[in-house]
Amino acid sequence: MSAENASGDAVQRNQRLLTRALIVCGGMFLFGFACVPLYRIACEHVFKNRIYNTADSGKGFAVDESRWVTVQFVGNVNSQLDWSFAPEQVTMRVHPGAVNDAWYDATNKASMAIVGNAVPSIAPSQGSPYFNKIECFCFTEQVLKPGESRRMPVKFVVDPKLPKTIDTLTLSYTFYDNRPATKKLAQESQNAISPNS
Amino acid sequence: MTTHATAHHDDHHDDKPHGFLHRWVFSTNHKDIGTLYLIFSFIMVCVGAAFSGVIRTELMKPGLQFVQPYFFNEMTTMHGLVMIFGAIMPSFVGLANWMIPMMIGAPDMALPRMNNWSFWILPFAFCMLLGTLFIPGGAPAGGWTMYPPLSIQGGDSVAMMVFAIHLMGISSIMGSINIIATILNMRAPGMDLLKMPVFVWSWLITAFLLIAVMPVLAGAVTMLLTDRYFGTSFFNAAGGGDPVMYQHIFWFFGHPEVYIMILPAFGIISEIVPTFSRKPLFGYQAMVYALASIAFLSFIVWGHHMFTVGMPLGGELYFMYATMLIAIPTGVKVFNWVSTMWGGSLTFEAPMLWAISFIVLFTIGGFSGVMLALVPADFQYQDTYFVVAHFHYVLVTGALFAIIGAIYYWWPKWTGRMYNETWAKVHFWWSVVFVNVLFFPQHFLGLAGMPRRIPDYNVAFADWNFVSTIGAYGMYLTPFMFFFILWHSKKHGAPAAARAWEGARGLEWTVPSPAPFHTFATPPVIRNEDLAHGDVSH
Repeated sequence: MSAENASGDAVQRNQRLLTRALIVCGGMFLFGFACVPLYRIACEHVFKNRIYNTADSGKGFAVDESRWVTVQFVGNVNSQLDWSFAPEQVTMRVHPGAVNDAWYDATNKASMAIVGNAVPSIAPSQGSPYFNKIECFCFTEQVLKPGESRRMPVKFVVDPKLPKTIDTLTLSYTFYDNRPATKKLAQESQNAISPNS
Repeated sequence: MTTHATAHHDDHHDDKPHGFLHRWVFSTNHKDIGTLYLIFSFIMVCVGAAFSGVIRTELMKPGLQFVQPYFFNEMTTMHGLVMIFGAIMPSFVGLANWMIPMMIGAPDMALPRMNNWSFWILPFAFCMLLGTLFIPGGAPAGGWTMYPPLSIQGGDSVAMMVFAIHLMGISSIMGSINIIATILNMRAPGMDLLKMPVFVWSWLITAFLLIAVMPVLAGAVTMLLTDRYFGTSFFNAAGGGDPVMYQHIFWFFGHPEVYIMILPAFGIISEIVPTFSRKPLFGYQAMVYALASIAFLSFIVWGHHMFTVGMPLGGELYFMYATMLIAIPTGVKVFNWVSTMWGGSLTFEAPMLWAISFIVLFTIGGFSGVMLALVPADFQYQDTYFVVAHFHYVLVTGALFAIIGAIYYWWPKWTGRMYNETWAKVHFWWSVVFVNVLFFPQHFLGLAGMPRRIPDYNVAFADWNFVSTIGAYGMYLTPFMFFFILWHSKKHGAPAAARAWEGARGLEWTVPSPAPFHTFATPPVIRNEDLAHGDVSH
């Protein structure tokens, strides 16, 4: 094969195709990253599954006293985090629209201060948009000193629009070690001990 | 270098570059690069088979006998990565390199130097990937799908794996661009798109799939890398990321990827079956449109790999129906192959035997695929040996059998020598028996609930695992048989005619056997009766 057989025209066409194909590849590489925001949009707006961990307003709901919903509580700790963590109550029976308080207990079993973040999850997922957390320890970083325990509140309202087919909701939290924050904390405490260094 | 080769070429038409370095390392000849790809993938098949040997030996009996669980996990992971990216994909690219220019009457690939580069990246990529076996912390052990958080908890093999995948991606993207440019720009005058052999069509469509999805995989593994080393939280739940998102991005690549590994096989079967049936391919245009529809559908069904992650019901239903839709174009292909054979004057030389076994066994893999597509049933099958049985039926008795058939089919054209038909038949019957002994019992194990990717299991699964391992040991003899049959043929085989098979059609059979180093330096005149599927009066 060679350039002299293939006319200059063919060479040019090959170059043009190469350029276009590389543009497509670059575009698809970026599409891979664009999946990150697209995924959030799809989850939140199409499937109404909340990803962002923010407070809801619990106002404006009329309490539906004719209906009971069972809320189950689960607490897990990621294997990389040396804490114990559990709900104080296993289940609660609540009226949709009423504001309720539930409590979780966490203890740092490690010999150093650790920053933890809790990630909530609601099952079944169809019930997720109707479970409103007004106040939650999962919105912020939790710092526990070695051996320290803390009682942590969740204030929530079940939306009265919860589909009739759902009579039980499970609220599950998993606590993770927030590595960067924990490292920063360790460094700060080092500096505090030896301020002259 | 081009000018040198050009001047050279004008003087002596068939002169090959002298010396190993010039002939192979600097090669820009599509035939030599095709050979390199095929040799490379043969080596990788043997490496991947050795890994599976560790797996099957450990699984022969319940309990831990030979290896530690972590090493077992390294073996399952490396087996998958090596077989997919090192064996099946490069061997299809090798066949494309050899055959596409000869099938469309082009003198070479459109971008010969890029062709050289896309091959020579591969050995480096696999040295890096296989090198992870020798570093502290060991090889990647989180499965070939590399799901976080598991996959990024190992040692520094994560970085080496990611960079190896980047290189493999660059290699296959460059290979694909080359194939697209060759097919679109280099066809001989008169070789219309709808006169091209189906193998060329299948590769054109596969190449588009590759340039669309390999960059997405590159993006996903880059995110794994930054999550592991640079503190990002794409998939890290503690930092607000979501590991399920990885699965979505991965399978957006992964599902087209499984068709990348089967569409060229469809093309091969569409060449072999008409030849040995001595009939034109039944429904040529339907075959082309079926290929295109399968390729399109592959982009919109990724969710069926992750039914159990907690997807909304609507999503599950959508992915279930969309997946089952793929059975229609695939069925069109299977029925067209059968219709091609129907009423033909069949002979059963080795390539035809591999092709027929492909049709039967691939269809079994297709049926188990439809079973897996059913959401309610998939909750039982997910992550069991049923899935393992399914994808080995489509990839071993599907893709690999088609590749072996293709090598037997075009071997006389490549080397100018016939192989020993008796030994080729022994090779075939040995393989087809033992591959079923190996994989068929895995259906039973999966339905009974044996999970995949585990080194130990309940004693209830012992008997079928024993049978499966016997089948595996039978299969390990087949690369040696294949190698010696080809070696013997290369040394002592009977000379092959230009049209090595009586019923063979297609431009590649109009050049002498072995094919000269340069073919179609001047474009051939296309005569319809030369074309692979015979009657093109559509």
